[in-house]
Amino acid sequence: MSEGAMGDQAMGDQAMGEEAFTTAAAPGGRAASAPLLGHEAEPTLFELSRPGRASWQLRTTGVPEWPAEELVPAEHRRTEPVALAEVSERDLVAHFTRLSHRQYSVDLGAYPLGSCTMKYNPKVCDTVAALPGLALTHPATPASLAQGWLALLVELEEALCEITGMAAATLQPAAGAAGELTGLLLMRAYHAARGEDRRRVIIPDSAHGTNPASVTLGGYEVTTVPSDERGCVDMAALREVLGPDVAGIMLTNPNTLGLFEEDIQAIAAAVHEVGGLLYYDGANLNAILGVVRPGDMGFDIVHMNLHKTFATPHGGGGPGAGPVAVAEHLVELLPGPRPVRLPDGGGRQSSRQGDEPRPLVDGDRRGPGEGHYSGDHRSLDEVDMRVDAGVGPSQALPAGTVPHPAGTRPAYGWVVPARSIGRVHSWHGNALVLARALTYIEVHGADGLRRVAERAVLNANWLRVRLRPTFDVPFDRPCMHEVVLAAATLRRRDGVRALDVAKRLLEEGFHAPTVYFPLIVDEALMIEPTETESPQTLEALAQAFERIVADASAPGGAERAAAAPRTTPVRRVDEARAARTLVPTFDARP
Amino acid sequence: MADYLPHTDEEVASMLAFLGLSSTDELFATVPEALRLAGGLDLPSGRPEPDVLAHLEDLAAANEGRADRLVCFAGAGAYDHEVPPAVRALAGRSEFVTAYTPYQPEVAQGVLQAVFEFQTMVARLAGLPVANASLYDGASALVEAVNLGAAASGNPTVWVSAGVHPHWRAVLRTFAAGTGHRLVEVPLADGRTAWPDAVGAGGRAPGVLVAGYPNYLGCLEDLAAVRRLADAHGALVVVAADPVAAGLLRSAGDWGADVVVGEGQAFGTALSFGGPYLGLFACTLEQVRRLPGRLVGETVDLEGRRAYVTTLRAREQDIRREKATSNVCTNQTLMAVAAAIQLGWLGTSGLAEVALRCARGTHYLRESLQGSAGVRPLTGSTAVVRELAVRTEVPARTVVERMAGEGFLAGVALSDLVGDGGDGSVPAADAEHGLLVAVTERRTRDEIDRYVAALEKAARR
Ligand SMILES: Cc1ncc(COP(=O)(O)O)c(C=O)c1O
Repeated sequence: MSEGAMGDQAMGDQAMGEEAFTTAAAPGGRAASAPLLGHEAEPTLFELSRPGRASWQLRTTGVPEWPAEELVPAEHRRTEPVALAEVSERDLVAHFTRLSHRQYSVDLGAYPLGSCTMKYNPKVCDTVAALPGLALTHPATPASLAQGWLALLVELEEALCEITGMAAATLQPAAGAAGELTGLLLMRAYHAARGEDRRRVIIPDSAHGTNPASVTLGGYEVTTVPSDERGCVDMAALREVLGPDVAGIMLTNPNTLGLFEEDIQAIAAAVHEVGGLLYYDGANLNAILGVVRPGDMGFDIVHMNLHKTFATPHGGGGPGAGPVAVAEHLVELLPGPRPVRLPDGGGRQSSRQGDEPRPLVDGDRRGPGEGHYSGDHRSLDEVDMRVDAGVGPSQALPAGTVPHPAGTRPAYGWVVPARSIGRVHSWHGNALVLARALTYIEVHGADGLRRVAERAVLNANWLRVRLRPTFDVPFDRPCMHEVVLAAATLRRRDGVRALDVAKRLLEEGFHAPTVYFPLIVDEALMIEPTETESPQTLEALAQAFERIVADASAPGGAERAAAAPRTTPVRRVDEARAARTLVPTFDARP
Repeated sequence: MADYLPHTDEEVASMLAFLGLSSTDELFATVPEALRLAGGLDLPSGRPEPDVLAHLEDLAAANEGRADRLVCFAGAGAYDHEVPPAVRALAGRSEFVTAYTPYQPEVAQGVLQAVFEFQTMVARLAGLPVANASLYDGASALVEAVNLGAAASGNPTVWVSAGVHPHWRAVLRTFAAGTGHRLVEVPLADGRTAWPDAVGAGGRAPGVLVAGYPNYLGCLEDLAAVRRLADAHGALVVVAADPVAAGLLRSAGDWGADVVVGEGQAFGTALSFGGPYLGLFACTLEQVRRLPGRLVGETVDLEGRRAYVTTLRAREQDIRREKATSNVCTNQTLMAVAAAIQLGWLGTSGLAEVALRCARGTHYLRESLQGSAGVRPLTGSTAVVRELAVRTEVPARTVVERMAGEGFLAGVALSDLVGDGGDGSVPAADAEHGLLVAVTERRTRDEIDRYVAALEKAARR
């Protein structure tokens, strides 16, 4: 397929797109009917409070009721209770229910927020996350009593490694940015182990803000490489900034313009040539599931945003999960402890590399308390001796001391990689998010994941072509899962900015796209429809954009746009005042 | 079989035609041929929801140690507290669950206001004027606090009490490899930090001091002494405080902390095998421009109505990039919302009651163990609020195994936290035989009595 093929010849077919998708059915993702009640502010919980009112009910325990004075030394004892709201359960429920009615969500309608992959979050994953066997397990439960959790984590790690084409992964990082920093520390440890002190990490000018922020926290300097006129890394510029002091490069592929970095092999070769490593920011992995894998592109380190690609809900801003997968040469550096199948344990044996227990060669590097196999409660060194000596675990394991399912030996345990960079989370990562992701992966399977990528890319390209007459398309070539449009012409012509378009779209019953990112596009509108929106919804979204643009050029258009939104629970919010007169708590109210 | 993709085959064909394409493969024409995955992923094919659910149920069932099967006396930063139906129902509302970061405040007042209320509650617990919208967990909040402290004092030497949770200290060490902070661990003596009177020969004066309150062994630190020491060196004080114990204890802010961090799991989040949890972060107004992560502020809309918005955004990574105060983007908002709901449910009297009940239960357990042959307190005199470290005759891991057979998750073996070799908080011998026991408001007298009886047997050779 030539570049021109996608869309150019079809420009005249636009009517067909409309016809196909407007008459057939109503759009499922348009939320203009949402009954957002009233236009008054919701009081805070503190204003609903009335002294002496309460909701709490606690178990009858029968424990003697000593007064605080007998339990806590006077100098440490609080004299006044912490003042919290005092409300009835009925008022509490009403308050937070009303707040929920003032909140847009994926469940309400389409959420084409670029770079965030706001796809539908299957409800079955909620059921899984609420299973008592998962939700009620303490993180310090001995491995022998948490075999289900360890199995789950190992299965997820294996699936993620297959999806990314990597050797092993840590599931500890709690979000993408945490994964980035973990990856950069892996990079640092890798170079340090080779006696090299490298100073710089290269990132494209289109990179997400977490990339440079993580680079700094990783102890590196940022070198920015420009994008070329096609929206990809400028190869010539890259070669210029490459050198022996470069620790690595961080890339998003498809990049934040939604474009596949076609020169990725050349980039990988050039970076590896100078001894640098390639870091893959997996925010956009959704586009390439089952199509192409970061490992096959030459990446050494990959983070995934499970809250994007694998549909774990975004929680109003979190939690997410940001597992980091690495190539073989970095496995021994991974954070620990890692869940593993035990050699000859009751579980299925893994063919994946990196999960054999390794000796702890560098005691200083490991976190305290992490130098043992908690599956059988002996030191890792003992386990290694056993493995080395070829002694079967049946002889080596203490018999009958640990209860577990079939009365067999534990199949899974924890292990700290040989030269681990250490722990990056209080416990094992955002475990319930990980359980949701595994569920999503299993429901989809290899075939379904590939279909996810296909539909995501299909939807984005359809919108790109459909909206070509409406907005600027700064890089008008086949995109992947998202498309970056721009309101630069609209602003010049009608005085209506990307931000105004975003606010107008709220009035149209849709969440806004990401605006002003990536930074290299003037008046950027970054649209990621995701695969779970129907063509009818896309068409309705396109028509909403068309109405917005048409209205902008009508008399008074700029004023109307600046006054948007008018149908939402509050109208445009005074951000300048929020920063000038900081009120971060109820107590700070003037 | 249906999946979550709405397109009919006809629609796919029509959309492809609109793009001038004849197959979905052509959508990926920009991916170099040589890189494309031949033969697809080596994963099983998709399965219907009920089948997958059955598999996950099997895995869940294999967790024998879960808190609805074994009576949970384990803590160490993760606690079996009451999460009432009202909190579960509200925090599970899909408007909160399936939204994202409130980039469009006009349609995100729900999350924004809930977070504003959360910030207010956390600030009050900490005794400080500002709290952020959450960080990943207690450990990440501590890392951010140390980053703030070192930046504010201009001195990257950090004295960390060994009474801070061992995993948090481990995370601090991991990230110090990047920031270059010099971490100096200050050991405990009989359960409390033995802060040095002076900077030793060759040592460096601290820019940040970090203490636990109570520390992870449950002991109360002398925070006034920490403040004095900090003032002597121009250092900032970071306190890792237990937010439940704060219901009973003077707030860390009141003791003079510049930054208070904590693990907020106890408020509305189930044990969850360690995550997602909730990093709490509060600080002084003086440091607000160094605050990591999101901050919600109150303001007004165009019509003068009260409204909420994320504010002081110029600190953050998407604007400040490599000069940002932190790299955090996605945080733990849903857990923050759950905590706000839980703290709303507890209210003034409920929080005090929970803290008091924890202290009573802990005290009752301690009293009940008096004079038992195989178990004695690990630390001497210092007061114990919520968590208790004991020394068992046989190694604590053995005790935990034996107690599981008696129906208890007996606690956390200290060697699982600090390693077999011990650390600055406990010597090797105590590490092997140390057991950290937590008593929440959910533990009944009968459970504690049975626990004590079982422990007396299990702890003996
Ligand atoms: C391209 C890109 N990189 C990195 C991140 C950071 O991920 P997270 O928010 O999970 O920390 C994001 C998400 O917001 C992103 O869009």
